[in-house]
Amino acid sequence: MAAFLQFTFSGLTVGAVYALVAVGFTLIYNASDVVNFAQGEFVMLGGMVTIFLGYAGIPVPLAAVFAVFITTMVGLALYRFGIAPARDASAVTLIIITIGASIFLRGIAEIIFDKRFHSLPALFGSDPIRIGGASILPQTVIVLASALLIVCLLWAFIGRTLYGKAVVATSSNRMAATLVGINTRTIVGACFAISAAIGAIAGVLVTPITLTSYNVGTLLALKGFAAIMLGGIGSAMGAVVGGVLLGLFEAFAAGYLSASYKDAVAFVVILAVLFAMPQGLFGKRMVERV
Amino acid sequence: MMQKIAIAALLIGLAVSGTAGSATAQVKVGAVLSASGPASFLGDPERKTLDLYVEDINRQGGVNGQKLQLVIYDDGGDANAARTFATRLVEEDKVAAMVGGTTTGTTLAMIPVFEDAQIPFISLAGAVQIIEPVRKWVFKTPHTDRMACEKIFDDLKRRKLTTVALISGTDAFGKSMRDQCVAVAPKAGITIAYEETYGPADSDMTPQLTKIKAATGIQAVVCAGFGQGPAIVTRNYRQLGIEYPLYQSHGVASKQFVGLAGAAANGVRLPAAALLVANKLPDSDRQKPVVVGYQNTFETKTGQSVSTFGGHAYDGLMILVEAAKRAGGFDSGKLRDEIERTKTYVGTGGVVTMSPSDHLGLDLSAFRLLEIKDGDWIMIPDSAS
Amino acid sequence: MLTRTDRFRRLQRHRLFPLIPLVAVIVVLPLLFPSAYYFRVAALVFIFAIAALGLNLLMGFAGQVSLGHAGFMGVGAYAVAIGPSQLNIAPLFSFVLGAAFSALLAFAVGRPILRLRGHYLAVATLGFGVLLTIVFTNEAKWTGGPDGMAVQQLAVVNWTLRRVSTWYWVLAASFLVSAVIALNLIDSPTGRALRAIHDSERAARVLGVDVAQKKLAVFVISAVYASVAGSFFALINGYITPDVSGFLRSIELVAMVVLGGMGSVVGSLIGSAVLVILPQALTIFHDYEHAILGLTLMAVMIFLRRGIVPSLSAALSGSHK
Repeated sequence: MAAFLQFTFSGLTVGAVYALVAVGFTLIYNASDVVNFAQGEFVMLGGMVTIFLGYAGIPVPLAAVFAVFITTMVGLALYRFGIAPARDASAVTLIIITIGASIFLRGIAEIIFDKRFHSLPALFGSDPIRIGGASILPQTVIVLASALLIVCLLWAFIGRTLYGKAVVATSSNRMAATLVGINTRTIVGACFAISAAIGAIAGVLVTPITLTSYNVGTLLALKGFAAIMLGGIGSAMGAVVGGVLLGLFEAFAAGYLSASYKDAVAFVVILAVLFAMPQGLFGKRMVERV
Repeated sequence: MMQKIAIAALLIGLAVSGTAGSATAQVKVGAVLSASGPASFLGDPERKTLDLYVEDINRQGGVNGQKLQLVIYDDGGDANAARTFATRLVEEDKVAAMVGGTTTGTTLAMIPVFEDAQIPFISLAGAVQIIEPVRKWVFKTPHTDRMACEKIFDDLKRRKLTTVALISGTDAFGKSMRDQCVAVAPKAGITIAYEETYGPADSDMTPQLTKIKAATGIQAVVCAGFGQGPAIVTRNYRQLGIEYPLYQSHGVASKQFVGLAGAAANGVRLPAAALLVANKLPDSDRQKPVVVGYQNTFETKTGQSVSTFGGHAYDGLMILVEAAKRAGGFDSGKLRDEIERTKTYVGTGGVVTMSPSDHLGLDLSAFRLLEIKDGDWIMIPDSAS
Repeated sequence: MLTRTDRFRRLQRHRLFPLIPLVAVIVVLPLLFPSAYYFRVAALVFIFAIAALGLNLLMGFAGQVSLGHAGFMGVGAYAVAIGPSQLNIAPLFSFVLGAAFSALLAFAVGRPILRLRGHYLAVATLGFGVLLTIVFTNEAKWTGGPDGMAVQQLAVVNWTLRRVSTWYWVLAASFLVSAVIALNLIDSPTGRALRAIHDSERAARVLGVDVAQKKLAVFVISAVYASVAGSFFALINGYITPDVSGFLRSIELVAMVVLGGMGSVVGSLIGSAVLVILPQALTIFHDYEHAILGLTLMAVMIFLRRGIVPSLSAALSGSHK
């Protein structure tokens, strides 16, 4: 029983990381149908900038705020210089642009930071909470709670504010949104900025658990992408659920099957789910235009 | 029609846009390192070290009056890229020798190129199969993973802990060391009763450690890996409250590990080169001047704490330079012969004496056993436990 | 009476015409190569061009995204590594077996996977690629594990394929053969059916196209292309590691296809050339090489957003269209 509980806690720990990373994809996808492969780099920047500002003498909380701000600017720049100029390009072209952006950001990080691993102090210390013979880090609880909080804030933003409604309008039909007076460029740009901010916050919160270095972005983006597909692309709640489930699949595979194949098992389970529910768990049914 | 011509021109243009070779009287020394990618943790200090010391050597007049030109390429940890760069070094840059090959995979991919071209290749990778079987033109400076296992098992036996669990990373370093440990365990009198693995980029190893904790008869745990994995394993180890002694490998060999693992690292033992405890060595230790010198230079010039991987690059370069001095130049054949004749070269990794059947030249005494205590290393002498 | 211009126009419309300037370049290029290094780079360009061509058939013509295509490269690569060393099968035969096995694997996996659409298909293929990489990494007894394994050289009767310059000709010929096959496929009923599927699956179905079967057919064909490329890759290097089938390799292939121009056979070669040659050319920038590579990718995709070949074509032959 204690083992099962520990595997669950492990799954929640890893899953919380995936969930928070995955939520960042959602807004950009909803606004512009682009899967932003540079999202992992936003997470990396959040953590690394905080750490390096910390080394320079700035207290960690303040450094974190600066890091989020800087990453938000990076997100805006990505939109302004990478996505906006390629306005009417096909989806695949936009994906390659985001991949180019992720390579670029990683290349810059290589030069500005270093090639080593770093950590941040956990918010409530690193003493684990012991429940029923198993232990879980307080930071895990914080990451999970933040993910849920962000989902709630996104839901409130999309559903309750004028700007949120503008986002929905832009994603439904760009031309119509422009015709009713919505400045779609500003809206999509804002979505990039918010997603970058979410990514940076994720970076600051998960680094105490996962450690960070200049190239953690790639794998995180990969797992985040798998998580949102499992949860249903376009749904923030789906992103969180997908992330947590992915973590749980991996932990149980490591615990009960084979640790060497846990990633493989997790993917197989995702594929099984997708065959049964081709839109993911919370995804909207795709309407096909004939 | 126009578009076909344009495409053809583009193809030709791309093909001929190689780098501009520079024909000078300098001697070129090549280095293909994994300065980026998953092994950048190893490749970056190697690159910094080579840059630093080639500049230093040139400032002091070069080797036999000839200045060295270092040609460095970054393979990103990819064996295919490494192989292409190796061909480039041999065919385009026409290097006299090569110090590099951060990982075993990249090294093994490049070996045929240097063997065919008959150019000495000093590898910076760990696996024992680089020098076993001995290849005429291939040498290496880092301790083998087999030696690390033997050192750990020696200490385990001294502490009367003979049944262990092994947790290793699924990356090349971890796998190779795991295989070596399994191979030497019987002769060392150690039983590996239980094994687990983890992915090198994983952030939580509690499932695997939970199973190790539940396994019966385990007296100690050995972790074979490099990078951030061992740090997380150490943290998780304490998080789960596992009481058995924990051993890490030489893959964690830098002060950074101690910082990342935090308080959890207290009591962890590992085999490491003397470089890590440079200042704690007794003054009578032959290696002390070399390691203290390297540590000071590296730490002052780069601002980062020293790592044994950079030390291996230093040793590789110095062995090459010493051999060139003895050979009176950089003629490949003579250079190779002199490298093979390296005798009692005192380096950061140990005292090196090579021979036609031994292209590494280190023995078990090159490894020191260290224990982590209160954020710092202490040395465990060979007779104590 | 057909005038000379008429005959030329007819020749120009022949489906294999785009290959003529290509053959000219391939024959002339080696005269400009100063050393074996250039032959090696060109050889790698051809290898990846073959894989990219296969992927282009899948993505550019049939419109199906695959983020795991390097997995099939891995199958071909390891077939040619394991066959001679573990199973005593001759390298040439292992090559063929590898392609056959890839086809079988694509057939088995394709049926369920191709029912998914868009991003969901992407993640399924991604999972497939990751799965293969994990198998190659973990099954060390067969594959040598994460360190990889040596690959015996290709030998036919008494002669071993060793020199890079020979590889250049072998690979150039192989690419031309695969291009001819691809061009013939595109211009065949199957090719037209695929393009119909790309435009609208429903409309194609209404017209009587067996959509599932055609998608599966092109998936299998593209897998064979990738497997052939992978086998060549392992043979020319004499060594293979599990990251031949990794996620980053798959992304690289997709980038080659999109960069060169989806739906353009010559584009596959151009895309491959850019992504193989650029990292070599950028080494002069040392620390900045990755940042510049990323910027270049972005710039090319922003300014030539349909891919290099289609965009340049459109720009240069403006008046004809």
